[in-house]
Amino acid sequence: MSALLKVQDLRVNYGKVEAIHNISLEVGAGQIVTVIGPNGAGKTTSLAAIMGLLPSSGHIDFDGHVQRAANVEKRVIQGLALVPEKRDLFGEMSVEDNLLLGAFQRFRKGHRDQAQTMEEVFALFPRLAERRSQAAATMSGGERQMLAIGRALMGKPKLLMLDEPSLGLAPLIVREIFRIISGLRDRGVSILLVEQNARAALQVADYAYVLEMGAVAMQGPARELADDPRVVEAYLGLGSKHQAMLST
Amino acid sequence: MILGQDGVSSGAIYALLALALVLIFSVTRVIFIPQGEFVAFGALTLAMLQAGKVPATVWLLVAMGAVVAVVDGLARLRDRDTEGLGSLLGWNLAYPLALAALLHAVESGGLPMALQILLTLAILVPLGPMIYRIAYQPIAETSVLVLLIASVAVHLILTGLGLVFFGAEGVRTAPFSEGSLTFGEVSINLQTLWVVGCSLAFIVGLAAFFTRSLYGKALRATSVNPSGAKLMGISPVVAGKLTFLLAALLGVFSGVLIGPITTIYYDTGFLIGLKGFVAAIIGGLASYPLAAAGAVLVGLLESFSSFWASAFKEVLVFTLIIPVLLWRSFNSHHVEDEE
Repeated sequence: MSALLKVQDLRVNYGKVEAIHNISLEVGAGQIVTVIGPNGAGKTTSLAAIMGLLPSSGHIDFDGHVQRAANVEKRVIQGLALVPEKRDLFGEMSVEDNLLLGAFQRFRKGHRDQAQTMEEVFALFPRLAERRSQAAATMSGGERQMLAIGRALMGKPKLLMLDEPSLGLAPLIVREIFRIISGLRDRGVSILLVEQNARAALQVADYAYVLEMGAVAMQGPARELADDPRVVEAYLGLGSKHQAMLST
Repeated sequence: MILGQDGVSSGAIYALLALALVLIFSVTRVIFIPQGEFVAFGALTLAMLQAGKVPATVWLLVAMGAVVAVVDGLARLRDRDTEGLGSLLGWNLAYPLALAALLHAVESGGLPMALQILLTLAILVPLGPMIYRIAYQPIAETSVLVLLIASVAVHLILTGLGLVFFGAEGVRTAPFSEGSLTFGEVSINLQTLWVVGCSLAFIVGLAAFFTRSLYGKALRATSVNPSGAKLMGISPVVAGKLTFLLAALLGVFSGVLIGPITTIYYDTGFLIGLKGFVAAIIGGLASYPLAAAGAVLVGLLESFSSFWASAFKEVLVFTLIIPVLLWRSFNSHHVEDEE
């Protein structure tokens, strides 16, 4: 499988503090790759650097393009999309306007298929269709997350990066969001998923990285990591009791 | 009645300026003091064209275009990014030079007025994005205060250049159409009708732009949530330039509109801009309809006070800002940055 995104020796500094030292990771086309790890491990920072929001050193290679200057606009055009943890919706604007703005760069480049893409997004999130003229800020947390993902999909990205999509959502909604994430893979969208909810993330992902202190601590196929005793202990939170149950 | 007419027509101009100020502030956080300079430059450039001279402002366009071309060109070279280099050079070098050549070739005094106005817009409106590029883009991430200080500098430079370009004498341009309409006992100056009509058309046009076109929505998105807009590939630089383009268009056109009514000097723009600013403050630098309504209020207050107490006309207008600020400070709760 060819790598869609290839990151090598990524380093990011905040002032004199090195927030990320030496992260290398790959996302293959059509894969869901997850990055898990504790708070402050550098997960969000890595996504920001890959998106071009932060200057970084090292190599970022996306879909055959070597990334030089940190330039978000260009990476959006090449097919990268990031759904940030804060969602960053346009609160006072309608659901429909939010979605249309997700296709801003495609519109600028002369593509006029927004109506059709919007129908596809509505098919994926029927709730958004019901609320198409409602202001984004007036919706529930789950709906806002759906809108944030839908807005990113309007740009028809090749790689969708999701930062903590389950944060602050009710368990039922979380399940639905994860169901949609694995559905997206079947449509050919590759996904880089950053999650605190390691259990759910490892279930949908093909490959996983564990980030600690700004570096990759472990990596491997998601299934294997989910059974790795160190991961179970630190991130799946059931500890030795669960292991004991598994081993019997 | 005449006072009312006068008030409404200056109010319409202040409304255009207030809208430009609100727009610039909400998208780029810049308090754009030099907005009034566009008004003065607009009227004075048109006057020079009508007198058959080549307006010196075209050389400002050439010079600023050259600076932008060099700065942006070097940045592109550093990033080894040649995409769009052609349009960069075209707009910032070729276009100003072509315009300068055109102005030297034709006898502008004999042209129809519509063409003279178009030429005025063609010379001055591109200055908006160039000013953004040179003065504000390098400091776009700094505080509102730093941006305000930059505005003061830009204002002083433009006023100084205005004196060099146009001299100290004031001018009036020819009216769009002579005469007045009479309805029974009331007669309305035709230029007043032009001013009010064009301003209304502009306001309606702006409203349509912000609610219907994707570019207008993108500007709104940038003011609602800059980081979200950035993720959609709406670059803050593009948004800033587009905003300044619109503001320059509003300012220059205001100048063209009031040229026949008021005598414009090189430094008239500052006071006009400040009155637009008072109106924008009434709208809290955020609400377009309130700012427009405030502008009409400012215009009316000014025209009535110039009749009853002309010595205190400016004082009265600027005093208006005190109760407004008091009222706003009592009514608005301070909103911290979201989340």
